[in-house]
Amino acid sequence: MSQADLSIHGQVSRTGATEIMTAPTFSVSAKKMAMWLFIIADSATFAGCLVAYGFTRNATPNWPRPFHSITNVAVMTFILLTSSLTMLIGVRSAQKGDKAGAFRWTLITAAFGILFAVLHIREWMGMIGEGATLFHNPWGTPLFSSLFFSITGLHLLHVTGGVVALIAVALKYQGGRYGADDLEVTGLYWHFVDLVWMFVVPLVYLLNLAH
Amino acid sequence: MHGTIMVFFVLTTAPFAAFGNFFLPIQVGAEDMPFPHFNMMSFWVTFVAFLVLVTSFFAGDGPTLGGWTQYAPLSAIGAVGGPGQGLGVVLWAASIGIFCIGQLLGSLNFITTTLDMRTRGMSLMRLPLSAWGWFITSVMGLTAFAVLMPACILLILDHVAGTSFFVASNLVINDQVLPHSGGSTLLWQHLFWFFGHPEVYIAIIPGMGIVSHVLITNMRKPMLSHRVLIYSMGALGALSYMVYGHHMFVSGMNPVSSLAFSFPTLVITIPSTIVVLMWLGSLYGSKLRINSASLFSLGFISMFISGGVSGFFLAQPSIDIMLHATYFVVGHFHLVMGVAAMFGIFAGTYFWFPKMTGRMMNETLGKTHFVLSFIGAYCIFMPFHYLGIAGNVRRYQAFTDDYLIPLIPVHKFITYSAIFTGLVQLIFVFNLIHSRFKGAVAPNDNPWEGTSLEWSTATPPPHNNFGDKMPVVYHDPYQYSVEGASADYIMQTSPEKINSPDEEK
Repeated sequence: MSQADLSIHGQVSRTGATEIMTAPTFSVSAKKMAMWLFIIADSATFAGCLVAYGFTRNATPNWPRPFHSITNVAVMTFILLTSSLTMLIGVRSAQKGDKAGAFRWTLITAAFGILFAVLHIREWMGMIGEGATLFHNPWGTPLFSSLFFSITGLHLLHVTGGVVALIAVALKYQGGRYGADDLEVTGLYWHFVDLVWMFVVPLVYLLNLAH
Repeated sequence: MHGTIMVFFVLTTAPFAAFGNFFLPIQVGAEDMPFPHFNMMSFWVTFVAFLVLVTSFFAGDGPTLGGWTQYAPLSAIGAVGGPGQGLGVVLWAASIGIFCIGQLLGSLNFITTTLDMRTRGMSLMRLPLSAWGWFITSVMGLTAFAVLMPACILLILDHVAGTSFFVASNLVINDQVLPHSGGSTLLWQHLFWFFGHPEVYIAIIPGMGIVSHVLITNMRKPMLSHRVLIYSMGALGALSYMVYGHHMFVSGMNPVSSLAFSFPTLVITIPSTIVVLMWLGSLYGSKLRINSASLFSLGFISMFISGGVSGFFLAQPSIDIMLHATYFVVGHFHLVMGVAAMFGIFAGTYFWFPKMTGRMMNETLGKTHFVLSFIGAYCIFMPFHYLGIAGNVRRYQAFTDDYLIPLIPVHKFITYSAIFTGLVQLIFVFNLIHSRFKGAVAPNDNPWEGTSLEWSTATPPPHNNFGDKMPVVYHDPYQYSVEGASADYIMQTSPEKINSPDEEK
């Protein structure tokens, strides 16, 4: 059995003792389970930030609502959602053994990620151009921009990390060192980044849309 | 700094990460954890976190004054808050943020080990109670530390980026209006205690597991109910997320919230009481083998009860208003999570030392260490309760108020007791070092006649824990004094057939 085959069961044995292991509780590999657990932990991190935002927003009179258009954020959301779809196609291709397709679709996913980041930074630059910084903004309480940049920054950090991971895993997959399951685990992370964005959009953007 | 070092770098790392990393893979019958690199990283990341914290002693104007809770706004306003509140707090928050990463990596490993790496025949209910303790703790550590990390990052931003998440508008410190505006000091307490309360259970639940494991081995009989004990520990873990507001009764939080947090706080005493009754009921009528490990386990139970009883008082907002931030609270948590967890660490050390080193620890020194520590700990922390009821507020540097002056002799007594108890620990240090090199060689791989998997492997365990042959498990973890069996105890790996209707599948 190859390394990749063994790792599906999460029990690569250095002594060749794999066959006497009991079946994993949930029949998922250790890698996949670790990613799910990481997602749980990371959800708690984002939840902490979003609760902090909600708490502050409720405690502050005259919370600013500076956004006038949802076009940009809608385009970004569309791009990120599409990237989840391309990721899915990539993983499916890998599972069917279509190596070239899997590689291509994973890189397309990473490209969507980069596009998302570029649009996001462009939006940031626009706001910074209007005078918004971490500790000041022209629309009202400085906490608005503190929280806006912190939360979207945390998400952008996740997107950037995800793009790097996608490219690295795709290259190693192409080189034969990683298998379909590694692609799938990376995909789990990517879908999670997408899912978090679906909480950020209504809470941070739509709630702060000008009347 | 005392609180930070003890809570994070002793009570979280020693019973959970230290014993867990060593014995969890062995007790589940795995040759290693699934991510050895994470394992090593979690250690070194924690080490770096510790270095960063220690650096604050030498950087700027010293370490933070804020204690382990690092309450805002003093922690968030920078150097104007006092010496060490500038760079000291930044280093503190950085250290704890790094520590959270180490805990995350450790928790990932512990959970995947327990769920995925068990050997043939090792069902979840056949895991020893110590393994269950580590497992439940790692599930809690996964989410609790993940919330503390953004809190630390926001705190650092308040310092270095000019934000004011945790500082309200128009705050005047030292006749100086601070430039901050709009933040909330309560927000820090919410974020901190959402982590902070699970954290105290992270400190104590591994101790519960270790103590149960040690006691059963020395009682020569299983707990009254293996399952109920596990469920109770699990309930403690789950409820610990719902009670954090009881740290904030006098913080200015809505009184309705106080009521809402008071109720689960009283509910959490139910699983705690079940655990204690399970220990006492199992001890009743057993022929306990008296050795250092079992004595420290008894000490753990004693401390947990003594400290726990005062929890009933503190759980009620009306009483807590009077006792909050007094020595009563200090006595409460030192007994229930401080000394108890330390006794758990000692019990584990005396118990597993032969397996880790191949040598026995000196029993005479161990028992002396126990008796003196036990007396010393009560002499220190029992008077705290009386001080608290008398209204002695904590965190005062000197007691100059009229009503506090008569209490000074009590403080003197506590100080002498603390110095005495501290010196007693030198016996343990000596015993540890001396036994490591000159101690009596362990008679065999299983000196305590235990049944779980760590006792069926070589001493000390080889690099892959079990050598060439992975163990196969046939029995419950604690088959002691089984009727009709060939010996007093049946190892989990023994293929012997026994007639036991209750055996877990």
